[in-house]
Amino acid sequence: MSVQDLHGLMSNMQRNPGIPLDLDWVDSIRVNRSAVERRAATLPARRTVKKKYQAAWLLRSIECIDLTTLGGDDTPGNVRRLCAKARQPVRQDLIHALGAESIRLRVGAICVYHAMVGTAVEALKGTGIPVAAVSAGFPHGLNPLPQRIDEIKASVAAGASEIDIVITRAHVLNGEWRALYDEVAAFREACGDAHLKTILATGELGTLTNVGKASAVAMMAGADFIKTSTGKEAVNATLPVGLVMVRQIREYEERTGYRVGYKPAGGIRTAKQSLDWLILMKEELGDPWVTPALFRIGASSLLSDIERQLEHSATGIYSAYNRHPMP
Amino acid sequence: MSIIEIYEQMSWGPAPEGADLANEWLDRHDRKFGHYIDGTFVAPSEGVFFPTFHPASGKPLGEVAQGSDMDVSKAVLSAKVALKEWQAIGGYRRAQYLYAVARQIQKHARLFAVLETLDNGKPIRETRDLDIPLVVRHFYHHAGWAEAMESEMPGWEPIGVCGQIIPWNFPLLMLAWKIAPALAMGNTVVLKPAEYTPLSALLFAEICDRVGLPRGVVNIVTGDGETGRYLVEHPDVDKIAFTGSTEVGRLIRKATAGTGKGLSLELGGKSPFLIFEDSDLDSAVEGLVDAIWFNQGQVCCAGSRLLVQESVSERVFKKIRARMERLRIGDPLDKAIDIGAIVAPVQLERITALVEQGVREGAEIFQPSAPCPKDGWFYPPTLLTNVSPASTVAQVEIFGPVLVGMTFRTPKEAVEVANNTPYGLAASVWTENVNLAHDVAAKLKAGTVWVNCTNLFDAASGFGGYRESGFGREGGREGLYSYVRRTASNLPTPETSNWPEDDGPAPAIDRTHKLFIGGKQARPDSGYSLTIGTNEFGRGNRKDLRNAVEAARGAQAGWAANSSHGRAQVMYYFAENLQALGDEEAMHTVFSVAARCDKMDGACHSVPMRALCYAINEPIGVIGIVCSDGRPLSGLLELACGAISMGNTVVVIPSETDPLPAVELYRVLEASDVPAGVFNIVTGLRSELVSTLAEHMDVDAVWCLEPDWGVSVERLSVSNLKQTWVGSGRQPVETVLRHAVQVKNVWVPYGE
Repeated sequence: MSVQDLHGLMSNMQRNPGIPLDLDWVDSIRVNRSAVERRAATLPARRTVKKKYQAAWLLRSIECIDLTTLGGDDTPGNVRRLCAKARQPVRQDLIHALGAESIRLRVGAICVYHAMVGTAVEALKGTGIPVAAVSAGFPHGLNPLPQRIDEIKASVAAGASEIDIVITRAHVLNGEWRALYDEVAAFREACGDAHLKTILATGELGTLTNVGKASAVAMMAGADFIKTSTGKEAVNATLPVGLVMVRQIREYEERTGYRVGYKPAGGIRTAKQSLDWLILMKEELGDPWVTPALFRIGASSLLSDIERQLEHSATGIYSAYNRHPMP
Repeated sequence: MSIIEIYEQMSWGPAPEGADLANEWLDRHDRKFGHYIDGTFVAPSEGVFFPTFHPASGKPLGEVAQGSDMDVSKAVLSAKVALKEWQAIGGYRRAQYLYAVARQIQKHARLFAVLETLDNGKPIRETRDLDIPLVVRHFYHHAGWAEAMESEMPGWEPIGVCGQIIPWNFPLLMLAWKIAPALAMGNTVVLKPAEYTPLSALLFAEICDRVGLPRGVVNIVTGDGETGRYLVEHPDVDKIAFTGSTEVGRLIRKATAGTGKGLSLELGGKSPFLIFEDSDLDSAVEGLVDAIWFNQGQVCCAGSRLLVQESVSERVFKKIRARMERLRIGDPLDKAIDIGAIVAPVQLERITALVEQGVREGAEIFQPSAPCPKDGWFYPPTLLTNVSPASTVAQVEIFGPVLVGMTFRTPKEAVEVANNTPYGLAASVWTENVNLAHDVAAKLKAGTVWVNCTNLFDAASGFGGYRESGFGREGGREGLYSYVRRTASNLPTPETSNWPEDDGPAPAIDRTHKLFIGGKQARPDSGYSLTIGTNEFGRGNRKDLRNAVEAARGAQAGWAANSSHGRAQVMYYFAENLQALGDEEAMHTVFSVAARCDKMDGACHSVPMRALCYAINEPIGVIGIVCSDGRPLSGLLELACGAISMGNTVVVIPSETDPLPAVELYRVLEASDVPAGVFNIVTGLRSELVSTLAEHMDVDAVWCLEPDWGVSVERLSVSNLKQTWVGSGRQPVETVLRHAVQVKNVWVPYGE
């Protein structure tokens, strides 16, 4: 998918405007953990892609990556390096060997802290690659609400077109769905035209039922994406959590007609894992959700493993990390 | 397709599992296999072979031997000769062999999986991830039982030579379910694999050879139904274990009737899949995929009858249809295929015909849009709605990827519809309400109930049916009893009644001995009396039995719902009142039953997952009892009270030569708290009564302690494949109680 195609797809797609909070719906959500885990465990065993199919799917994986750096030691230097990698994520000779020149391959977005938004926007000028800013008191989300809203506005003003916010976990743990709804709705408003990705921090929500309910409320409040984790929790993106969230996305589309995107983040490091996530999306939600318009993977080291696998696809020989340009 | 095209479409591609090594194995045998008898592969005595096919292509894989009666005889003889040594080496040595078998299968797991998929047509994912790992688990688990037999099963001994006949839907798994417990308990076996799927059993025979299993302990004779018949009819076979259709199960029941052979049957089903409104609907739909589209629906416990609560039925049906669109049907050797091929053309025809009939009867049919492969034998996943219990497709086992969907309004109605079938193999219940889950699980007539899950199996949990789905269990401690018998008991058997001799003058007042039905003394329908000695007794007939069974049926659910403590109280009080008859042995009999009423604990199996798997002893239902002539009072009481103590209700045909003690019980029963209908007695002639009782379709089991009538009882039990127990002499109370219950396993995965 070319950058132009992607932009076309995203602009043609109606954003989820949100709906009034529906507490009956929230109350009716049931999640059976054991059954969810069984489905999640067998899904990667039921589907697989091999050879050129695997190569093609891995190219798609790359397009869905939100290439991320969220270090306390980030500097303009390493952010620029990351942006350079985002523009040219795979060695050109490999792209040739795979016959994939026409894709004009790039990642889904660059994801950084607010302080690095300006640097990233500058470095990506003309590429069409969006810059995403983590925001709203990331990663804990416990700053005063006005500050969190101002932070979003500042990142949007600095050029971020995607905003990854975190929710107040206490709202979920205490069943304060109205408070959660109001919070996310306020963030959405602060985003303006920027897309809102709502991080649920699923590793801190206690139960899968809470994950399901929080997913529904976030969508009702107008999230463009729902996202698993900050990458800073003890447990990040797992397939069972993903299954619960994407089933809520499906339910939301069935009930409202709006498509909400999905972003697992944290702990996704291998090409195989990224394929498992694509399989989950295709199986549970269908083809629109295996595009960067509706699916992103938040990751920093994933790309390197995919590059190795692509070299194997192109040459039949197992590769090494040092053969691929680092981000 | 180019990488770019695939990238744009994000389509699935082929992911073939290689079959080279399996083909090499077939070639090494020149694609022609003899039987495995007495430790060697031998050509069939009549030189006849028949082909076996790969269902996904319809092409032959090789030829296997057609077992003749001579082949079967040789195998049985070998098994018989092997018995002595196999038992003499002891549990520890047997455990080592079973352990070695488990190890070997594990080490060659993929070869087994591929071979199984080639022969059967089921997806490689299933053979690789489910069949073969479960086979291995079964042999490990039962290696443990072999080792533990001596201490864990005192008073039990092996039965002898076991003839085992298995189906084509889980060829190696069914072999494991049969062979592992049989060998563990010290039996030897002659196993006949299914005609369509003999190959994995032959590879298994090689494993037996490799681990040095003593000659004759395992014999594999291939062939068709005729071969199976030779095995069933062979006089030196001590026990038959069969898994397959209810139809063939009936034939086997008939053929073994009166031969003294042990029998366990695991037969068909039409298992319900209940979705309540408060369940995790998406997970329930996924469970349904595992229930009815696992192994193309060719599963005896397939969740083929979907029952959805009306309030969510439209949503659920919509979800199912959407899910069906994503099922992939195709080459079973592809790792990303959900539905493979149907095992044989005859099965495909049957499925097709039944679905057509369903549609003719008004069912709405849904099949996903993707076409089936042209080669081979395939049938698409199918959902039939607008179906009611009266529809043919809702009653008949289709044994294919065909789901019928119906609705219910209340939990009570759900249970009624679920139980509205002659079968009782398994059931699946989906609800997030723990109260509802256990309540419904308890009420379902099924040997296995899965709560918020489906088609879970483990060697530690006994699998088997209620009703016409068969009897006997496979797996767990309960499964071992299918392969052992009581060591000869030393209980003294009094030859005569210790009922006080009535040698005085005839009573001054004429007494009228009626029948005892529904808690009341009832005159016999015939209007005739029988004169025995100096007394006259009611001459019961088939209508009296009909009434008695009706009374027993009516009382059964309520009596079973009584607590075990409550039943114990009733039994104690009954024993107390028996003092009036002055028979100490009779009193003691009832006392000892009362003592055990609340002690038939179930078990919580250690299954390898985060789940409770609890085995509960449930009453069988209505039990007909044919008493012997000896010990007319105590003999009757030890059976009838054993039965009712576990929550069954009984219809008793007492001693024909001395019914007086039985009729004297009427007033004891009337004075006790035994509820009306629980204990029914019909006096009369066995020749006029036994066949009606044995045939009656609303009787769940018949016990016959009068040896002359055992053959008839077993033969006539085929009407509804009721359980039978044919014995003689005095029975220890533990034995009676074991016959009075059947095990239900309830699986409840947990975790929030």
